[in-house]
Amino acid sequence: MQMRLALAQIAPHLGDMQANLEMHLQFIEQARRAGAHLIVFPELSLTGYVLQDLVSWVARRPQAEDGFFRPLFQASRDLDIVFGFVDEDEHHRFYIASGYLSEGKLLHIHHKVYLPTYGLFDEGRFFAPGGRVRAFDTRFGRLGLLICEDFWHVSPPYLLWLDGADLMIFTSASPGRGLSQDSRLASSRWVETVNQSYAGLFTCFIAHCNRVGYEDGLNFWGGSTVFDPNGELIVHAPYHEESLTLATLDLGQLRRTRARLPLLRDERPYLVQRELARLLTRDEERR
Amino acid sequence: MSHLEINTDLTRRILVGFIRSEVYRAGFRRAVINLSGGLDSAVSCFLAAEALGAENVLALRLPYETSSPDSLEDAQKVIDQLGIQSLTFDITPMARPLLERFPEMSRVRKGNILARLRMILLYDQAEAFRGLPIGTSNKTEILLGYTTIFGDSASAINPIGDLYKTQVRQLARALGVPLSIIQKPPSADLWVGQTDEGELGFTYDEVDRLLYLLVDERYTPEECVQAGFDPLFVQRVAERVRRYHFKRIPPLIAKLSQRTVNYDFLYLRDWGT
Repeated sequence: MQMRLALAQIAPHLGDMQANLEMHLQFIEQARRAGAHLIVFPELSLTGYVLQDLVSWVARRPQAEDGFFRPLFQASRDLDIVFGFVDEDEHHRFYIASGYLSEGKLLHIHHKVYLPTYGLFDEGRFFAPGGRVRAFDTRFGRLGLLICEDFWHVSPPYLLWLDGADLMIFTSASPGRGLSQDSRLASSRWVETVNQSYAGLFTCFIAHCNRVGYEDGLNFWGGSTVFDPNGELIVHAPYHEESLTLATLDLGQLRRTRARLPLLRDERPYLVQRELARLLTRDEERR
Repeated sequence: MSHLEINTDLTRRILVGFIRSEVYRAGFRRAVINLSGGLDSAVSCFLAAEALGAENVLALRLPYETSSPDSLEDAQKVIDQLGIQSLTFDITPMARPLLERFPEMSRVRKGNILARLRMILLYDQAEAFRGLPIGTSNKTEILLGYTTIFGDSASAINPIGDLYKTQVRQLARALGVPLSIIQKPPSADLWVGQTDEGELGFTYDEVDRLLYLLVDERYTPEECVQAGFDPLFVQRVAERVRRYHFKRIPPLIAKLSQRTVNYDFLYLRDWGT
């Protein structure tokens, strides 16, 4: 099966959800006309990234009957949509979230598990961390969603792999940093290297959508990519430029690659569980 | 040292995009820059002209009676090469009444007054031209506090504030800044014969390599000494960085309420745009 994936590398307005929603609808329409089955927007695509005290203002639970979200839900009747937003639970905890819309329904929400709170990042000050890493079924097979720092840690992609995700969708608002003689920033180099590695290690598709634009002095570098189960690059969006980049994923590649390289078959989660249990017990005893 | 070498194409792309984004989002289409004839302001002018179009950039030449004639000429080369707009005001008659009022005034006080007069003209012409004042301070001088607070440090956005002086020089070459500007000794030109390196007591090449380790690479002062730097030099520079931190941050506000600007009233300037 051929799947047409669209990466919407946009520059959201900081705190202007209405403007961002309109931008989403334009990109969705463009992707629909290009025959895309799924469009992916970056982290916090409906709100902007460095929200700080705007968090509680932009937090909004996605519901089909909500006037703001209705057009997005409706648009998902034509193609599936991954979008970024600030979720709020019933106890008023705020999460960096990705939602998956399909056929007018919200199939899955992922709350960002790892909130970078170091260097230029301050997410832990404003957000609650998510507590789940789960794959979910879609009309294209089993998928997983992760947000930026989630895939700087190896465990969330590993868990999604064991949970059966054949396509992992990573979204980011990654600020460019680490200038050198290289034509790529250190941040771009790192992210591309690990994404390619995950695709190869987990013999799955890895799609990454990163935003562009600026927020005050921060630049977001774009450079969205899709790697196939052999770790080969399928598509690379431009750096620092708004774009809608289309990729065709031949889902049959999963079978061919795994027939050659049965890493998933041979993986030993019980061994991991046993050893983890041992490490955790040891750490508990040391406390 | 190779660690200070930068990819100038990538740098240029990010900085041109930065100027365009931040000027437009602030509600402007134009920019004003104090063009001294030195390296930093020339680079800011080149980047702004590329970002906004030459016709939307106004360069101000603001000589004082002791300013070097070379500075004016070098500034003119930039104006001519880019085709940007320009105005020239001699600040001597503006400075004179104040300087004459305090004949015992030190060189530093006098230099600060000249730098702040130039700031007044920058902001006034920005209002008249409907442009945003663009900064010209590099990372080396920001870290060393080698600047007049509310003088040359004042701007709305600063495209080159994360580039060390030696990196600004690399970028200048790639942008095609006139060679006479790239090659002359850096100077604030606040008094006759002043040079940055003479006043600071070390060269930019040396201090940039040290600052890169101390700041970017998080070396301890001891590790800098192990890396081959003179212990006294390391101590002097580290102390300068600490002592002049006040020039890098907004004035301190005494907290009283539940919500105080800069402490727990936190928004980016791009809020809502």
